[in-house]
Amino acid sequence: MFQGKMKKQKRIQETQMNPFDFVSEEIVFAILDCLFDRKPFSLVSKTFYAIESRHRRTLKPFPRTTSDHHQLKRLLNRYPSVTHLDLSLCPRVTDSCLSHLSNSCLNSIDLSRSKLFTHVGLSNLVSKCANLVDIDLSNGVHLNDTAAAAVASCGSLERLCLSRCKALTDIGIGCIAVGCLKLRVLNLKWCLGVSDLGVALIGVKCKQIRSLDLSHLLITKKCLPSLLKLQYLEELVLEGCCGITDESLVSLKQGWMSLKTLNMSYCENVTHVGVSSLTSSAGCLQNLNLAYGPLVTLDLSESLQKLSKLQSIRLDGCHVTCSGLKGIGNWCVSLKELSLSKCTGVTDDGLSSIVTKHTELKKLDITCCRKITRTSIARITKSCVSLVSLKMESCTLVSSEAFVLIGQYCHFLQELDLTDNDVDDEGLKSVSRCSELSVLKLGICLNITDQGLIFIGNGCQKLIELDLYRSIGVTDKGISAVARGCTNLEMINISYCENITDSALISLSKCCKLNTLESRGCPLITSSGIKAIAVRCKQLAKLDIKKCLNVNDSGMIPLAHFSQNLRQMNLSYSSVTDVGLLYLASLGCLQSLTILHVDGLTPSGLAAALLGCGGLTKVKLQSLFRTSLPRLVLENLEARGCVFQWRDKVFQAELDPKCWKLQTQDIE
Amino acid sequence: MEEKIHQLQELVRLTAAKPQALIQQHQQLVTADLTSIIIQLISTAGSLLPSVNHPAAPIPNLSFANGVNVPDNTNMVSKVEDHSDHLDDDVDEGENLPPGSYEILQLEKEEILAPHTHFCLICGKGFKRDANLRMHMRGHGDEYKTPAALAKPHKETPKLVKRYSCPYVGCKRNKNHKKFQPLKTILCVKNHYKRSHCDKSYTCSRCNTKKFSVIADLKTHEKHCGRDRWLCSCGTTFSRKDKLFGHISLFQGHTPAIPFDEPNQSNTANTDTNVQGFGFFDFSSCGSGEPSACFSPFPRNLFEESDSLSFLLSGSANYMWKNGGESSSKDLQ
Repeated sequence: MFQGKMKKQKRIQETQMNPFDFVSEEIVFAILDCLFDRKPFSLVSKTFYAIESRHRRTLKPFPRTTSDHHQLKRLLNRYPSVTHLDLSLCPRVTDSCLSHLSNSCLNSIDLSRSKLFTHVGLSNLVSKCANLVDIDLSNGVHLNDTAAAAVASCGSLERLCLSRCKALTDIGIGCIAVGCLKLRVLNLKWCLGVSDLGVALIGVKCKQIRSLDLSHLLITKKCLPSLLKLQYLEELVLEGCCGITDESLVSLKQGWMSLKTLNMSYCENVTHVGVSSLTSSAGCLQNLNLAYGPLVTLDLSESLQKLSKLQSIRLDGCHVTCSGLKGIGNWCVSLKELSLSKCTGVTDDGLSSIVTKHTELKKLDITCCRKITRTSIARITKSCVSLVSLKMESCTLVSSEAFVLIGQYCHFLQELDLTDNDVDDEGLKSVSRCSELSVLKLGICLNITDQGLIFIGNGCQKLIELDLYRSIGVTDKGISAVARGCTNLEMINISYCENITDSALISLSKCCKLNTLESRGCPLITSSGIKAIAVRCKQLAKLDIKKCLNVNDSGMIPLAHFSQNLRQMNLSYSSVTDVGLLYLASLGCLQSLTILHVDGLTPSGLAAALLGCGGLTKVKLQSLFRTSLPRLVLENLEARGCVFQWRDKVFQAELDPKCWKLQTQDIE
Repeated sequence: MEEKIHQLQELVRLTAAKPQALIQQHQQLVTADLTSIIIQLISTAGSLLPSVNHPAAPIPNLSFANGVNVPDNTNMVSKVEDHSDHLDDDVDEGENLPPGSYEILQLEKEEILAPHTHFCLICGKGFKRDANLRMHMRGHGDEYKTPAALAKPHKETPKLVKRYSCPYVGCKRNKNHKKFQPLKTILCVKNHYKRSHCDKSYTCSRCNTKKFSVIADLKTHEKHCGRDRWLCSCGTTFSRKDKLFGHISLFQGHTPAIPFDEPNQSNTANTDTNVQGFGFFDFSSCGSGEPSACFSPFPRNLFEESDSLSFLLSGSANYMWKNGGESSSKDLQ
């Protein structure tokens, strides 16, 4: 609209000066920031084109640009001010591609989804981009120590992510520690080749480190003294570090005053003894994660009391005792976040004593605390009125009237997970009073109907995510109500809601920000519903229509035409054939494709479709295609960076949703 | 004694007569003869002279007589060899012998450098060890085959502690030196003399740099030569990884260096057209997907094992080389 006006003005005032000459570039940039899609802007005139070229700061090229480096070069020449380059759509980034990235403005580059580059490309990149501050090299299983040495020559580096770079050893990390002295954030998750020596050297050299992730490394107490000397270390993640034991923590004599966040989840060898020493030394801890770790007893709770600044604690999966919970209830500090997800032994008694004390709780997670009843919910809602997030999936003993209390008292709720609970429409009516709600999960809630959803649609205008997985009471009416009221909806899951038809999808198409639609097992959905979504929901990135038997090729055509952002698709058990797939091949972004048990596929058609897709990274297919697809085609695709997953899944009949409930009760 | 002097004179005249045409073996025989005669001279002289508590008197070593007495068991030799490192030569480890309580013996340079110390009285053949000599004597008659003749002669309890002096003038181990530090055994004397006063004729064939005068030193060096895998950017090599990292953490600007024959390098895909089916990682399976790291007690052992395995590999290569090299070093003798 704005552009149209400008054009008119231009024609009228042809003889006069261009008013845009009086407007400074900053103002135009500010205008551009507000525009959703800047491509039309750049097509208006040469000036506008130039302005847009100077304005763009982040670039996310399509895969086709990296397969031909002339294209990449042209793209980069067009946008000289790019500071962040996101190559996560491009699985195939070669050394020559990286060598062409000579851009002094580039601050940050994401190579986490790319392969085929080596130390040669990296050293060229680092030498030409002098201001590089952030490099993401996650999933670089092919990167070795020479590559690490190449990265180490980047002296300005502040953030480096090397998670899953399994081939790296202490030598490579040693080079990085010596070379990148300004490093502030380092992620070495799953770098199994790194041992105590490498980590200790980081502690000695990289004095500016603020955040360090050493998850799953085989480190022991030998590296801890060196880490203790890091004055600015605020966040340390030691998830799954089984080499860290009570003994290691006991040896931490000096204080660790800077540490604010510590994640020691899955550390099997830490008990309350170790935690006790930890709390004595790291007195300023604010966030502590001990998931799947020690037994929560009174001793543990009492030792945790020493942490006077504690705000958040996660005890997922730990076995808790009642006395332990009551001990938590005795603390002086007031927690903001507490997670007891999947903890065994959580009772009404213990939980009530906690929430009575910790009235400032913002986030509470009691997923799968199956012994909880209405009493706890009543206590929670009355004490913790400032709750922002409540997750209570599978608290099956809670009766339906308890949910009314949630809406009654907790008005600030933004996230609510009521999956697999007995909530009914009355409960939803009350929940709809939480106007700030953005994430609502109502999966396997067999007692809700359209009526409840109508209330939600009216009350929760800010809803972004709605999960109605297997909530079979929901029909088109409810969905339409939600679509009408929640215009900001981005993600919806209506899988196995068998009564959904195309009219639900047509109403959902009004939500133009929709990026994820999961509608598995909805046999009444046809291609016209898909078409409606495709035409209006331009942001669609993930589509799951598994077992939607009536969706065929005519649904693929509009997707191919309109859904330029589509990344992930599941078409298993549908009626799509080769022809439909070939249409989809024109989608430049498509990365992940699952097509199992689709009868209409032939090897040649499938091969043609797969070859046409430029950016495929993952394809899940029936095993019989492994032999019937030409060998060369498979090799070509794999060379491009695509991974094939072969499945032998037997055709599955639909399960009765009620049998799900019975199963969970059996577990108890 | 006069007899012996006559014999010596004969020999000298003979050798002086034909200086050129002497072949290697002849030379050896002649030197052997000479040494045996000299030894006998000395021993007879020694038996004539009174052996008193005189540290200054150059009393010849009685152990040379008849090729007996030097405690040359292999055990002793090896123990002494291990003990007598370069360092031990210089440092006298807390010797508490007050001067005057021990006797000082000084051997001649030729004696020290002589390849054989035990000589057959019948044929003059030289041997390094008394046991070897006894074996040889069996060939000279049945009387040497008796258990009594074959038995190791036990050394009489030494009445006096013996210490040795180096004949080289100016050496700290020389008895005339102001800060005289005696050497403890004959083997020490030999090793000291060869190391300090002889030129180094044996070279390590691996690094072609290090030279030695004592073959045992060369062998010890070969055990360690070239095994240092851990390399720093300043050029220093280390035998252990933790030593390398200790060095790097001490200094600024030193980084670990990656040696060229690193096996990792060969695995990288260097060309665009390289179609390699490397094991791709499933991006979606995160924390739960790594049972090997989580459940096994200490997979770290895998890494240590691989280190030791490669050690074994290099060790075996070493061994192969040594076997081949052994003969060559023998040739040098």
